[in-house]
Amino acid sequence: MTALNPDPAFASQAAFRALMEAFARPGEMRTLRGVTAPAPLAPATAALVQSLADYETPVWLDRSLAGAPAVAEWIRFHSNAPLVTDPGDAAFALVADPHTMPDFARFAPGSEEYPDRSTTVVIQVERFCGRSFSIEGPGNKTARSLAAEPLPDDFVERLHANRELFPRGIDLVLIAGERVTALPRSIRVVMET
Amino acid sequence: MSAPVYNFAYLDEQTKRMIRRAILKAIAIPGYQVPFASREMPMPYGWGTGGVQVTASILGPEDVLKVIDQGSDDTTNAVSIRKFFTKTAGVRTTTSTLEATVIQTRHRIPETPLSETQVLVYQVPIPEPLRFLEPRETETRRMHALSEYGLMHVKLYEDIARHGHIATTYAYPVKVDERYVMDPSPIPKFDNPKLSDCPALQLFGAGREKRIYAIPPYTRVVSLDFEDHPFQPYRHDAQCELCGAADSYLDEVITDDRGSRMFVCSDTDYCETRRAMGYAAPARNSDAEPARD
Amino acid sequence: MYVAVKGGERAIENAHALLADVRRGDRAVPELSLAQIDNQLALGVDRVMCEGSLYDRELAALAIKQARGDMIEAIFLLRAYRTTLPRFGASEPVETADMNIRRRISATFKDLPGGQVLGPTFDYTHRLLDHALAQASEVPPAATASASEATFRSVTDLLADSSLIEAEDAQDGEVGDLTREPLSFPAGRDLRLQNLARGDEGFLLALGYSTQRGFGRNHPFAGEIRYGEVEVEFFAEDVGFAVPLGMVSLTECQMVNQFAGSGTQAPHFTRGYGLAFGQSERKTMAMALVDRALRARELGEETGAPAQDEEFVLSHSDNVQATGFVEHLKLPHYVDFQAELGLLRQLRAEFAERAADNQISDTPLQDAAE
Repeated sequence: MTALNPDPAFASQAAFRALMEAFARPGEMRTLRGVTAPAPLAPATAALVQSLADYETPVWLDRSLAGAPAVAEWIRFHSNAPLVTDPGDAAFALVADPHTMPDFARFAPGSEEYPDRSTTVVIQVERFCGRSFSIEGPGNKTARSLAAEPLPDDFVERLHANRELFPRGIDLVLIAGERVTALPRSIRVVMET
Repeated sequence: MSAPVYNFAYLDEQTKRMIRRAILKAIAIPGYQVPFASREMPMPYGWGTGGVQVTASILGPEDVLKVIDQGSDDTTNAVSIRKFFTKTAGVRTTTSTLEATVIQTRHRIPETPLSETQVLVYQVPIPEPLRFLEPRETETRRMHALSEYGLMHVKLYEDIARHGHIATTYAYPVKVDERYVMDPSPIPKFDNPKLSDCPALQLFGAGREKRIYAIPPYTRVVSLDFEDHPFQPYRHDAQCELCGAADSYLDEVITDDRGSRMFVCSDTDYCETRRAMGYAAPARNSDAEPARD
Repeated sequence: MYVAVKGGERAIENAHALLADVRRGDRAVPELSLAQIDNQLALGVDRVMCEGSLYDRELAALAIKQARGDMIEAIFLLRAYRTTLPRFGASEPVETADMNIRRRISATFKDLPGGQVLGPTFDYTHRLLDHALAQASEVPPAATASASEATFRSVTDLLADSSLIEAEDAQDGEVGDLTREPLSFPAGRDLRLQNLARGDEGFLLALGYSTQRGFGRNHPFAGEIRYGEVEVEFFAEDVGFAVPLGMVSLTECQMVNQFAGSGTQAPHFTRGYGLAFGQSERKTMAMALVDRALRARELGEETGAPAQDEEFVLSHSDNVQATGFVEHLKLPHYVDFQAELGLLRQLRAEFAERAADNQISDTPLQDAAE
């Protein structure tokens, strides 16, 4: 047996490992090295798409991303993922403008039998600061505080409602630059600070 | 017929993406068994194909891999799986629990406490904790959906009525983060307390049954029990006759045809590390019997 | 002094060397060539290709040689190789009506267009060991004739012309693939048939047999069994039409089974279907019986027999899975066994204590009785 050139395999492994750690320790910051992609698709979001999406995973784009045809083209070319217009059909939903993002209920929450058949929503924020909130639950020894902006004003209420659906629900990934953190459905928001 | 070309860590990239997506869902829904399109691996089903696929999907060139079976790095299946990854991924391997970043295991959790920088990957034969009570997937899936776990408690209680004890000594069912009842793989119940609040991420792969599940770090994992019959981990009242450890899980070794026996650590790295530190065998006590619960 | 067991790696290497040695056997005996296996053990090659779900006679022959004739091991080798192959897409459905017929028989009509073509079959051989075969033998070439008809219409199509059998319409949409997605229940017929085609011949044979003995009886007639070559085509996106890839040999079995019908639908025969690579008649017939049994619910029949139980049949048909899990019992289990041993010793000690207590309290009673 001979081995293939491992470089692309290593790049997607590194991206996945950052995401796995982010999911395992919600709210903790990880580094996700970006790849060149057309704006407003952030380089780190593009790396996530390249690492996790393919022809089996429908991708939904928010208005801002869908408005840039080069983004759809890039995703199709680099991942072969089908693009969908209904967020409820998406395995991955990409949000470049958090203010106008649809309500969580419009994404797929999975079923009681198959809660994994749900949407992972990737939100591009500008920075991890501003109004903070505290989360608890699997992955964190003690409560952890997190801040990101911009986010919808009722973001914390949405997280509460998402947890109410458990084990159904959506999982969130927040990206700013090369920093990434995850808010899987298992987290509980304990307070707003 | 030319030699087949294989990817880093054997699996092709599309397969890895599919498994990686399943792993993320598994972490997001602790204890829930995520179905995945398990591939046919070049080793038999039931011999760790699930664990191998999970390990192959997370492993990177910086990782240091440890593989154990029955707690030991030297059992044939552990050797075989370690060799598979040396050959297909070229990663560094170790027998040291402290040094490893990824540990693939069959039937044991190492004695040395794990850290936040480690991932423990379990090989799982039957991932469904309700399977021996209800063989149908369609039924057990519904039970999990409704959190309907009465059947499991009935079974455990019948054990108590019949034997005076819960007669499950390995693969002892647990509840993860107060929601899903989960099979911790056939680890002895001695190891169950280590599942809870563990700093390391724990991933479970069942290849033949095509399921992946997870316990995120610092997650509460409770062994099922009753108020009047609380869970009690199995405890030997023997010591390891090589390193003198009194706190580790012991293998019983028959030493002659007259049935003489002795007890030694199941975790070979733990035992060797202790001996290197100068711990030695205690005064001989070959009649040692395991203690009662 | 006891020393912990070591040297697993050496032991494994030695075992592999021994295996290679016994595989070759007596060096004075000529080594088998793949062409010999392909030609003279052709039905074994067919089975390995079918259950290994990979059409490659040479690789299947290699697998049989490497597996020392252990068919399930050979199937396993081919499956593990198959997983590593890149996949370009799905072929166009093959047209078995256009089959280059080598054998075609019907148990439902005495004669039919194209006629009964016996072809190469064991069917009417007397099962007497042929000692002449023990030596190298000169076999004169068999007489062949080209078939009179260009195509052989299938018996079920002839029945369908007069609506005597249920219509089988092409279905739109993607065909499932259980090697790419985990099976969930209830499974569509596409996935069931894929599962059965890959399924163990012996398992399907036993299940099919059980339906004949009343465990889910479905009154079958072998409408037709045909074996021969068909062309495989692949729709190439870049050229915009289907291009031929080559020929594969297939066996197809169409079972005609007893009626369905309702107040709104005239009574008609129902179908059970079997398809396999190569000449695999037993396999396709058993598959057709089990396929029909698994349709019991859809056809509104009573269910409850093993062959009608979709989850039971589909979960246990795969011999690579089955052999792996059965054989994994030879892996070390001493950690779990130790846990069981500990509990058993404790239960026995408690039992002995109770017995001792009882004996003490029984003694005065015995005395009184004396």
